[in-house]
Amino acid sequence: MGVTGEIEARRPDSRDDAMPPAGAPIAASRLVTLAGVAKRFANGTLALDGFDLAIGSGEFVSLLGPSGCGKSTALRLIAGLGEPTRGSIAWSGTSGTTSGATWRGRRRNGLDVGFVFQDPTLMPWATVLRNVMLPLELEGVAPGAAARRAADALDRVGLAAFRDAYPRELSGGMKMRVSIARALVTDPPLLLMDEPFAALDEITRFKLNNDLVELWRAVGHTVVFVTHSVFESVYLSSRIVVMSPRPGRVFTELAVDAPYPRDESFRTSAEYAGSCRIASQALARAMAQERPGEPAASPP
Amino acid sequence: MSAADPPPGRPAIAVEWRRIVLPIATLALGILAWDLVVRIKEIPPYQLPGPGVVAATLVSDWSLLRNSLLVTLMTTFEGLALALVGGAGLAVLFNQSRVIENCFYPYAVILQVTPVVAIAPLLLIYLPQPAAVLVCAWIVAFFPILANTTLGLNSVDRNLVDLFEIYGASRLAVLTRLKLPAALPYMLGGLKIAGGLALIGAVVAEISAGSAGAGSGLAYRIAESGYRLNIPRMFAALILLSIAGIVIFFALSLVSHLLLRRWHESAIVGE
Repeated sequence: MGVTGEIEARRPDSRDDAMPPAGAPIAASRLVTLAGVAKRFANGTLALDGFDLAIGSGEFVSLLGPSGCGKSTALRLIAGLGEPTRGSIAWSGTSGTTSGATWRGRRRNGLDVGFVFQDPTLMPWATVLRNVMLPLELEGVAPGAAARRAADALDRVGLAAFRDAYPRELSGGMKMRVSIARALVTDPPLLLMDEPFAALDEITRFKLNNDLVELWRAVGHTVVFVTHSVFESVYLSSRIVVMSPRPGRVFTELAVDAPYPRDESFRTSAEYAGSCRIASQALARAMAQERPGEPAASPP
Repeated sequence: MSAADPPPGRPAIAVEWRRIVLPIATLALGILAWDLVVRIKEIPPYQLPGPGVVAATLVSDWSLLRNSLLVTLMTTFEGLALALVGGAGLAVLFNQSRVIENCFYPYAVILQVTPVVAIAPLLLIYLPQPAAVLVCAWIVAFFPILANTTLGLNSVDRNLVDLFEIYGASRLAVLTRLKLPAALPYMLGGLKIAGGLALIGAVVAEISAGSAGAGSGLAYRIAESGYRLNIPRMFAALILLSIAGIVIFFALSLVSHLLLRRWHESAIVGE
């Protein structure tokens, strides 16, 4: 059985848990810790409430949940985009524990992150190489060195031959590879991915899933991967964080201990199917808690 | 793909030819009809000169008309250049400061919606004529650039803005590396509209100055020739104005195409 079961079955309203459970399968050191984080948007929507999550160095964590459960909001907060309304976020190796208006952006907390959006989010006026160079240039790296490192990053995602192409000349999957190369070019310890493959066809998605796992194992960085696909989360992750919606919080966490490397044979294995079933059931229960007290929909 | 695609078996060049040859044929037919009407009805040149007379006037009055054409073109380009600097500059300023935008944007709109033909006589009272003509060209030309550039600066991909924030980009870097390139296609669209408008603004001001003016632009020649009943010269000057407008439009289209051809959908011909 690939999923060892629920590590922790916290009550959905246990908002005063300051920290995630001690039993969470966290590797050597914690990279990011979110404690009691709430996020309310200007329009009054409470996207997250009592959200606790600890991310260990070297993990591949998926945030799994239905649309609108606040998983993207959580990812953006981890990236340093926006501030939590309540609660705190701590980044390791920095003085940046913060819970308020004192802090904004990655520069203030010092943790280098790479971010991959759902869309490739490339600059259409710049070549592939210039797009990948952007993070380095914004950090003040000299153009020559930036170009070399960008070329290396493109090589890693298999697009070395397309450095002088413009984004519009690439397919959807290739654009996403450029986006991943750009996120990796600064060698960040933490890679944040917001449903990066949701818009791609399944064949391309499978290929990119394989490549992403390979890349993660080669580079050894930490990945937080937002998805609404049970299958994708099981295939990729070492740990799945199942979120319940409105306001978003951690419903339960699942460890996927199928060994890496995972490849197409894993995708068709009984172990994979069993893990997907457990994750699907957890997701269904998380969604059923959307409105506590209201009975599940049943025929009259 | 569009209907303009060549049917199979026929080279694309044939379609290109048709696009050039057909309008020229239409023009030739029109000129022929004009000539026939004037000859058959025996219309005197002071009522409606035939195309031959107009062409002869273009040649005989060429040195006068050429100088006027240069004056009008110079005014148009100066007005357009100032409009580009003013319109794009103001758009950037508005984009950087909401307060400045709130203070001045309504007046930019008012300046635009007030007909320039009504403003020109006042300007001619307070300014020397060349300056008044230039200001008129600027007034009508700057707003499309301002409005389009503003739209472009506000149309930046939100995710790209977030990306720049993640990497701690300065305000200046966001402006120069993200907002300005993103706004460029919009600004060039505004510039294309503004080119024709700058010519119109210059012409309106010269006409307003009329015979009292000391100007020497093409529109002034039209007004002057009208008073003198020199109808062939009016036509000749009018034709030069049309050609000037067409040349300005195509020149700006070419600039736009050269700047955008590698990346923007508007400048990419079907593949």
